[in-house]
Amino acid sequence: MSQDPAPALYAAQEPVFPRKVKGFFRTFKWWIMAVTLGIYYLTPWLRWDRGPNLPDQAVLIDMANRRFYFFWIEIWSHEFYFVAGLLIMAGLGLFLFTSALGRVWCGYTCPQTVWTDLFILVERWIEGDRNARVRLWKGKWILNKWRLRLTKWTGWLVIAVATGGAWVFYFADAPTLLSNLINFTAHPAAYITIAILTATTFVFGGFMREQVCIYMCPWPRIQAAMMDPDTITVAYRDWRGEDRKNSEAVKAGAPQGDCIDCMACANVCPVGIDIRDGQQMECITCALCIDACDDVMAKIGKPRGLIDYLALSDEEAERAGAQPKPIWKHVLRPRTLFYTALWAAIGAGLVFALFIRSDIELTVSPERNPTYVLQSDGSIRNIYDVRLRNKLGDDRRFHLNLTSNEILRIELEGKDHVLWIDVPADTTVLQRVYITARPQDPAASIESTALRIWVEDLESGASASQSTIFNGRKSQ
Amino acid sequence: MSDRKLDEETGVETTGHSWDGIEELNNPLPRWWLWTLYITIIWGIGYTIAYPAWPMISGATAGMKEWSTRGNVAQDIASHQEQNAELVTALLAAEMTVLREDADLNRYAVARGGAVFRAQCSQCHGSGAAGAVGYPNLLDNDWLWGGSMEAIIHTVRHGVRNDTDDDAHYSEMPAFADLLEKEEIAATIEYVLSLSKQEHDQTLVPIGAELFADNCSSCHGDAGLGDPDMGAPNLADAIWLYGGNRDALSYTIENARFGVMPAWGQRLSEEDVRAVSAYVHALGGGE
Repeated sequence: MSQDPAPALYAAQEPVFPRKVKGFFRTFKWWIMAVTLGIYYLTPWLRWDRGPNLPDQAVLIDMANRRFYFFWIEIWSHEFYFVAGLLIMAGLGLFLFTSALGRVWCGYTCPQTVWTDLFILVERWIEGDRNARVRLWKGKWILNKWRLRLTKWTGWLVIAVATGGAWVFYFADAPTLLSNLINFTAHPAAYITIAILTATTFVFGGFMREQVCIYMCPWPRIQAAMMDPDTITVAYRDWRGEDRKNSEAVKAGAPQGDCIDCMACANVCPVGIDIRDGQQMECITCALCIDACDDVMAKIGKPRGLIDYLALSDEEAERAGAQPKPIWKHVLRPRTLFYTALWAAIGAGLVFALFIRSDIELTVSPERNPTYVLQSDGSIRNIYDVRLRNKLGDDRRFHLNLTSNEILRIELEGKDHVLWIDVPADTTVLQRVYITARPQDPAASIESTALRIWVEDLESGASASQSTIFNGRKSQ
Repeated sequence: MSDRKLDEETGVETTGHSWDGIEELNNPLPRWWLWTLYITIIWGIGYTIAYPAWPMISGATAGMKEWSTRGNVAQDIASHQEQNAELVTALLAAEMTVLREDADLNRYAVARGGAVFRAQCSQCHGSGAAGAVGYPNLLDNDWLWGGSMEAIIHTVRHGVRNDTDDDAHYSEMPAFADLLEKEEIAATIEYVLSLSKQEHDQTLVPIGAELFADNCSSCHGDAGLGDPDMGAPNLADAIWLYGGNRDALSYTIENARFGVMPAWGQRLSEEDVRAVSAYVHALGGGE
């Protein structure tokens, strides 16, 4: 009987206490955090004047009326393909960035990374830097530990509530909703959404952190398919660093490499790995280890870049003594160019679709029960349900006509001798339309006649049309 | 426990079942799984107490919450009625001939009337209101009893040829098989065909015209244009309720044919009578 223990399926979370770090990438990350959080929290408060009939919130997802407002663009529910297109572009954009620069999304802009960074910042303000936090973690639950922990959790909770709170403002008029939320008169859905997002922000940012990236997020698993030897990742120049200071080899008299085994790279790592072990699944390429190591290299008078952004092909080249490829050769490759072309093509298609879409639309559904109506004078009448959409913020008068056919007569239900309909701002109106052929007209006797119904706004000149058919006596 | 077998690799007891030399380990269920099972059992017991569950001889236990799908529907209907209360009040007070001028109320009346029509009227008039032989088409501009809003409301409210409503429309036509000779009927048919400009025998028309003037014109009019006050159909147009060819006309003249319609004023609420009339009026033939 073998005594080998079966591999455990459960790994307990190892506490991670990232140390404070300064440097180029850290500064860059602060800026990205400020910009992304700024966009997230402030966007719902931007105003955009659309006239008296439409909301003035620049970015608004109006579920009740099935409208999506984005500055000057208004998308109706039947135009949701624009959103689908944007999501496809976002996906292809991720493919592009991953194939060129590895997990930059994870390292810089992913909400999980940004909020975790913010939570660690709060943690450091309240509990101190790495060593103080390790001590506190190991210490007994005395009054001081309770005080620091509760203060920290309160800080996190404030951020979490603000995060959940900002989300709901995208779905309703922000100032109104805020006052309703404070008066406890907002819809329960708003409170429930805030509560759920507060809980997830608090737990994901405060406690789960790297566990989300390692165990919950599918993206790192998918990313593996986007990366190749030319993809830039964070790597340790082991040929330069080894043998490191405290290794058995150095103790035995081997020449020492540049790595002084100060552990700075591992201590600043937010996912708790040692980059010197090589590229790892957990690494989100946040580049903080690069900053930490560069700082140490400067202090001991060695060139920077012991840990650096490097592609696998560069590692192999450098190890063999050759020069690494310039950055642009990593970025401009058939693969990245293909992703860029695809991304740009979809973007161009969306922009094109956006510009050609009309602010006036109609859909025509011919009545098929029955296909035609015999009138008392022997003429043949067809009935159509015509839906007219006014996509502007003003009430408009739409005129209907049949330009392709001079013989058939068009009439509107409920309108005596007029061919226009007043369509209120931003609405769809259903109008029953009759088209009649006199008994002697060919259209009355043959099976069907193709025709086109036009709708026109005489003031702006905007028009739209849809083809349909006229059923004669021989139809059915 | 003599047949207890342990797996050599892991030391875990096996079930003893072996497939191609592979034995199934008898690992205990994970505790979280077991607890989930126990919780669902407790939940299930609670559920059967709270909600209708146990089948009995007639029906099932009602459950402590006295919940039922029927009750749910009743609640839904009540809440919709509450939402529409204002429109219903407006509809009951509306001057129906100018209903169109109030676009919102008109839309509500036509939509509500459509629902009433599909439930109550479509059995005879068809779901598209196109009618059938003997059942008038409501989409065209030919009306037996008039196509104005008032006329339609009257027809809907009181119906046609029924015993329940004294104000029901009542039309009468004799069965001419007993009153006229076969040849006379044939001549009359040729005249009627000529009225609606169908193919006919010229030679019989003068005889038919005379017979028509004597027997038919009192109701159908001298020119055969009919009379909506008496429910006498227009014989000079293209629309025939029972068919306009020789065979159909001969059957109609010999036997006389009538339609019936219930007095909906006795079966529907006033708002439904008004709504379904608005719907029929807006089908295309409303005058």
